[in-house]
Order: sequence, then C-alpha cells, then structure tokens
Amino acid sequence: MIALVDYGLGNIQAFVNVYNRLGIPVTVAKTAHELESASKLILPGVGAFDHAMELLKASGIRQILDHLVLSKKVPILGICVGMQILANTSDEGTLSGLGWIPGRVRSFTSVPETAELPLPHMGWNDIHVTGGHKLFEGLEEDARFYFLHSYFFESLHQYSVIATASYGTDFCCAVQSDNVYGVQFHPEKSHHFGTGLLKNFAEL
Amino acid sequence: MLRPRIIPCLLVQNNGLVKTVNFKSPKYVGDPINAVKIFNEKESDELIVLDINATANNGEPNYKMITKLAAECRMPLCYGGGVRTAAQAKKIIGLGVEKVAISAAAVENPQLVTQISEEVGRQSVVVVLDVKKRLLSKDYDIYTHNAKKNTKRSLFEMVTRFEELGAGEIVINSIDNDGQMKGYDIELARRVKQIAHIPITILGGAGSLKDVGNLVHNCGIIGAAAGSLFVFKGVYNAVLINYPKQSEKDELIRTNYPF
Repeated sequence: MIALVDYGLGNIQAFVNVYNRLGIPVTVAKTAHELESASKLILPGVGAFDHAMELLKASGIRQILDHLVLSKKVPILGICVGMQILANTSDEGTLSGLGWIPGRVRSFTSVPETAELPLPHMGWNDIHVTGGHKLFEGLEEDARFYFLHSYFFESLHQYSVIATASYGTDFCCAVQSDNVYGVQFHPEKSHHFGTGLLKNFAEL
Repeated sequence: MLRPRIIPCLLVQNNGLVKTVNFKSPKYVGDPINAVKIFNEKESDELIVLDINATANNGEPNYKMITKLAAECRMPLCYGGGVRTAAQAKKIIGLGVEKVAISAAAVENPQLVTQISEEVGRQSVVVVLDVKKRLLSKDYDIYTHNAKKNTKRSLFEMVTRFEELGAGEIVINSIDNDGQMKGYDIELARRVKQIAHIPITILGGAGSLKDVGNLVHNCGIIGAAAGSLFVFKGVYNAVLINYPKQSEKDELIRTNYPF
C-alpha cells in the first residue's frame, strides 16, 4: 500500500482525498512500524528546508526510510520541499539533505533572469517533460501544475531531470534517480493534471 | 509559461457564504463547502476564503470550518479572518491550507508578518489590504474592520514595507469597487504591480471576464480575484456559482497577454 509519510509537514489530507477519489488505498504513516510494509512512499513538505530536515529527524523515522528507499528500493515521491530535501544541500539552510539524488537546492534570487520577477514563483505553469518518463504518461501535452516556491532543485546529473518549467530561466521541476522521484509543484492541488500524476505514481 | 491567476474570493459570515456591496449589506448566498465543491469541479486556479466575522468580533478563527474547507478544496486555498498570532497561522497551515491571510492585525502590528513568515515560510503569508482612494490624491488609505476604520496608512508605503517584512503575496481589495461589477481599478493595480517584487492579487469590481482580461492586459502576470462575478449570474444577479472553462481562460489570457 502507498504510505503518506506524516512527519508533521505538508497537506497529508489532500493526498488522502485524491487517492480516495481514485479508489487507490493509502495509509498515513507516522512510525517505523506503520511504514514497514509500504510498497510506495509519498513525502510531502512545505516551508523551510532546515525545518523539514529537523522534523524528519525528530520523527524518528529516518532509519526506516533509509532502509526502505536505499535497500528495499521502495519508490518514493517527494513533493515541493519533500523534493528539495532529496538533495544534498540547500541555499536556504545549513543542514544536510537526504542526499538520495545528488544535487543542490538554489534560490531563484541567485539567477539574474528570475531575480527580476516576482518571487515566490506562484501559480499555474506549464511543464516540459524530458525523456517521457512513465510518471508523466498522458501529461505530455498541455499539462500545467500549481507552483509555490522560491528555491529550486539543481540536479548534479542532467539525466536525473525528467521535467523542467520556465520562470525567467528553465529549471528542473521533476527529478528521478532509480526509485527516488521528486516534483517541485503540488500535484495534490493541480486538479486533473495532478490527479493523473499521482495515479501514474501509484501504477509505477 | 506562468499564467495570471483567476481566483474566486468567498466571504463567510456565521458559517454562511455572503456577498457584500462596498463592504456593506452582506447577502446570504449559500453554503461555503458546497461552493468549494463546485469550484473543484470547475477547476478554479485558487480559492480565497475570508471570514468577515472573525476580526470584527475579535474571535478566534473557526478551525472546524477551516478543516472542512481544506479537506474539501482541490485547489490551493488561502484563508483569512481573525488571524492575530504566528501560532494561529501555523495551526491553520497545519490544517492543510496553503496560504494564510492577515489584514487588520498586520496593519496594526507589521512585525507580525515577519513572525508568521518565519514560522510558516514567506510563500504562505498573504497580506490583504482593504483600500479606499484618498480625496485629491493618487494614494489610497488602508482600512480595517470591514472598511469601518480608516488607519490613514498609505497603501504604496505599506506594500513595500510588508514586502520587506516577509509577505509572500499582497491582495489589494478596493472598497470603492466592491460588488459594483464595473471593472477593476486598473490604475491602482498598475501602480502596485510596478512597485512590488512579490505576487499581487487585485480584488474588487470585476463584473465580467472582460474585466479580468482588461486587468491582465494592463498588468500581465497578476492575480485577478472576484466575488460577485463567480457567485452571481444574469441581469437579476441570481446566485449561481460559475467559473470559466480552461479553454475560456486560455483564450482570455492569450488575447490579453500573448505568449
């Protein structure tokens, strides 16, 4: 079953609602015991990078997550800050990320073309799917998602980037490395486009 | 490309959905949860829900109602009404709301914006400013308490100040245009858009999609919020929740802001 990782951040209920409507069973997991049998994981997140890492540490589930993701290769989807903490470091904080996808989280203010635009990057934006990953099946044309962020994931390896969006500059809005996935936008708040993506993830 | 946002703004009073004219004579127009369900089906860009009782009555935000709204809402939700502390804002974000709006409390104590921003991240902090044009001046006064109290603060000064203090978005609500359905105050929108470095949303006055188009034409990427437009329909202003289809929105944006 898909487990929504509840470490105190993100709109867990919104994911529950989407999957309920799809008729796909999900569970909300807070403890190692509850996570143990998960076949897929969703890691939501909002707010600041360090805050997310602190909460994850305090939740006492880091070890089981490492085991599930790195040893058992359970697919995991990080959302928004849940995607950013997949990286090694962030300009926003001083703590180390999970480091599951090599990369660094950068501030839009460090990009001259974007620094001139209103920040945060807020609203509905198109995405450009690179490489046609199954996560975006049926969403290659005309798909748009809701974004709300001031930092973005800079992947060390170009091949980990599976979709980009444009705001002053092209930036990575979806990453994948092996069984680890991340999206910067909010599929749980992106109407049928987001529902499509969450369905695809469930069917991977 | 990033698109302008077209946002229904719902006013809540005593748990019922209401619509005002110039911030007065609230008319009961239905049940808020039911309205959210309809906007889900219509796939609106975002939703703003403002509880107009909460501040006026000095009450706590109605967490029960907010929980229900957040659970039902399939688009990003901004809640405002009665938020006076960072702890309240954090609690509301924890209920699954994307953005929390502060108004009177922020005008009275601008540092609150910083406190909330540090607690929930600036992307989730919205300052809503109710404004009225000053006589013989290009500036606007900020009002609070449902437009009953003139704080005599200058809108343009406060926009910059709130931005520096950590606001992630500012919603400008025109008291003069509220419920008039005669179009947005374009000059106001242009001037705020010029000075701001954060997303801006304009509320008050939209009577047709043409008005929304006109705002986009003049200001580009902006939030176009409306109450009456999405709640009333027809010459007799019958209550009927409505919202443009995706193809209508795309067309409206394409004609007014080509990309």
